[in-house]
Amino acid sequence: MGVSVDKTNDNVRRAVALLAGAIFGSGLLISGMINTDKVQGWLDFFGAWDPTLAFVLGGAVVPMIFVWRIAEARKVSVLGTPIPQRSTPKLDRGLVIGSLMFGAGWGLVGLCPGPAMASFVIGGWEGALFMLAMVFGMVIAPRTARLLAPRATT
Amino acid sequence: MPLDWIWGLVGGLMIGTAAAVYLLVNGRIMGASGILGGLVDGTGHDSAGERLAFIFGLVAVPPLLLPLYQTVSTNITANPVLIIAGGLLVGVGTRLANGCTSGHGVCGISRFATRGLAATVLYLFGGALTMLVFRHLLQVI
Repeated sequence: MGVSVDKTNDNVRRAVALLAGAIFGSGLLISGMINTDKVQGWLDFFGAWDPTLAFVLGGAVVPMIFVWRIAEARKVSVLGTPIPQRSTPKLDRGLVIGSLMFGAGWGLVGLCPGPAMASFVIGGWEGALFMLAMVFGMVIAPRTARLLAPRATT
Repeated sequence: MPLDWIWGLVGGLMIGTAAAVYLLVNGRIMGASGILGGLVDGTGHDSAGERLAFIFGLVAVPPLLLPLYQTVSTNITANPVLIIAGGLLVGVGTRLANGCTSGHGVCGISRFATRGLAATVLYLFGGALTMLVFRHLLQVI
């Protein structure tokens, strides 16, 4: 019996994932976050600062505070997957260097991974080139991570 | 309150709704770089169908809203050197840090996760410093 139940579960999972992706992408478009001018404006604290992104982040974070409480109390999702464990509060080199690199790329072009995907269809060759470079970066990231790892000690 | 801020809030509420659905029903953290990165480097092989479905919704659905707008433009730079450098930094950086604006930002901050908060402070700092150097000092962006 397990097989058919699992298959149904898999299909529901994919349908929900598609719905979540659709709402996420539509939210990115409506909020103006696929507009690189607005994103660079948000990061431009020393120029014509644009606070729109704070409203976007606030709108997303505040409801999620309550959702996390519900999720952690339930311990498993509606489809039976364990709610992801809280990560250990350890700031490793990958987190620090990776976040600084990400911020630099985000500032240079004004796109982060979500908006890059949400604007892919309308983004022209520039958007496609950004996506290509980003995916290539994701491919080589594990090798970069090995360079950053502390030397093995015996 | 400028109209842009209101649309930002509305869009933000939608982003939060998407993250809530993905977490409560599927039990997953909605992080754009993790969902795509796991497909790209093979670490997310077991959940590839779910990842592809999310990305399909994310890529294919926003263009359906375009008829509601007179103009929508990403206003992205046409300088290929900047685009390639930016894309590489975003790709490598988000995977090293294990998250981006959605995973560390939206989902991490709302859980009061130390790593999410730290990552957000660091990428905002990196972005602001880049704007200062490349827009105001070098004037190339």
